[in-house]
Amino acid sequence: MRYLTARKRAEGKGASHTGTEHHWYMTVSAVGLAFLIPTFIFIVGGALGGTREEVLAAFARPFPAILTGLTLYVGMMHFKKGAQMMIEDYWQGTTRKALIMLVIGLSYTITATGLFALAKIAL
Amino acid sequence: MAETKQVDRPLSPHIQIYRPQLTSITSILTRITGNALIVAAVLIVWWLLAASTSEAYFATANAVLTSWFGDLVLSLSVLGVWYHYLAGLRHLYFDAGHGLDIPTAEKLGWACLVGSVVLTVITLLIV
Repeated sequence: MRYLTARKRAEGKGASHTGTEHHWYMTVSAVGLAFLIPTFIFIVGGALGGTREEVLAAFARPFPAILTGLTLYVGMMHFKKGAQMMIEDYWQGTTRKALIMLVIGLSYTITATGLFALAKIAL
Repeated sequence: MAETKQVDRPLSPHIQIYRPQLTSITSILTRITGNALIVAAVLIVWWLLAASTSEAYFATANAVLTSWFGDLVLSLSVLGVWYHYLAGLRHLYFDAGHGLDIPTAEKLGWACLVGSVVLTVITLLIV
């Protein structure tokens, strides 16, 4: 008697052990970034090249600071997963694991540093 | 089970066989631009940290970012971000199930390539 019903065969996550989380995360972050990136380019681009006082003034206001911080966070998380996809395609074994860890570490470091700098300017 | 011997299995050649297509080139460009943007991310975060720290530190970071080299890197990053942005929208369109036939996909691909240059020029003029 077949205990493996059709439903049992269909459900679950399969051999890859993951479902669609990665793809869904990229989709959500892409839509978020679709709105955030133009604001980021405008804010940062406008502030670049200014004196320190101008830069501090630009990021002290809540709107630019929050938008930039959000873009940094969502952007780096999007980058983290995108870079992981690239690494998984081209490298195997220990090198692959090491590179993935490196990229995740780098992404969080950049995010944390950026958010710290923004907080220091704005608060 | 005993240690299996690592045999170098041959990969099916693809780059040496297939002529580059618009679809494959736009795809790899999406990956290249996305990953290369890490440079701009590091530069901008460094600049923000410098601004939040001290006048002297900011002077250094600002000098690097506004030098001809910094300008070049950031301008190329603008091109990269716009290309990746448009290609990303194209991907979202594909994911929704639309535009997957070759003529439409190629038209959209050209739109990404041309659009990114146009948007870059506009950005560099406005900002």
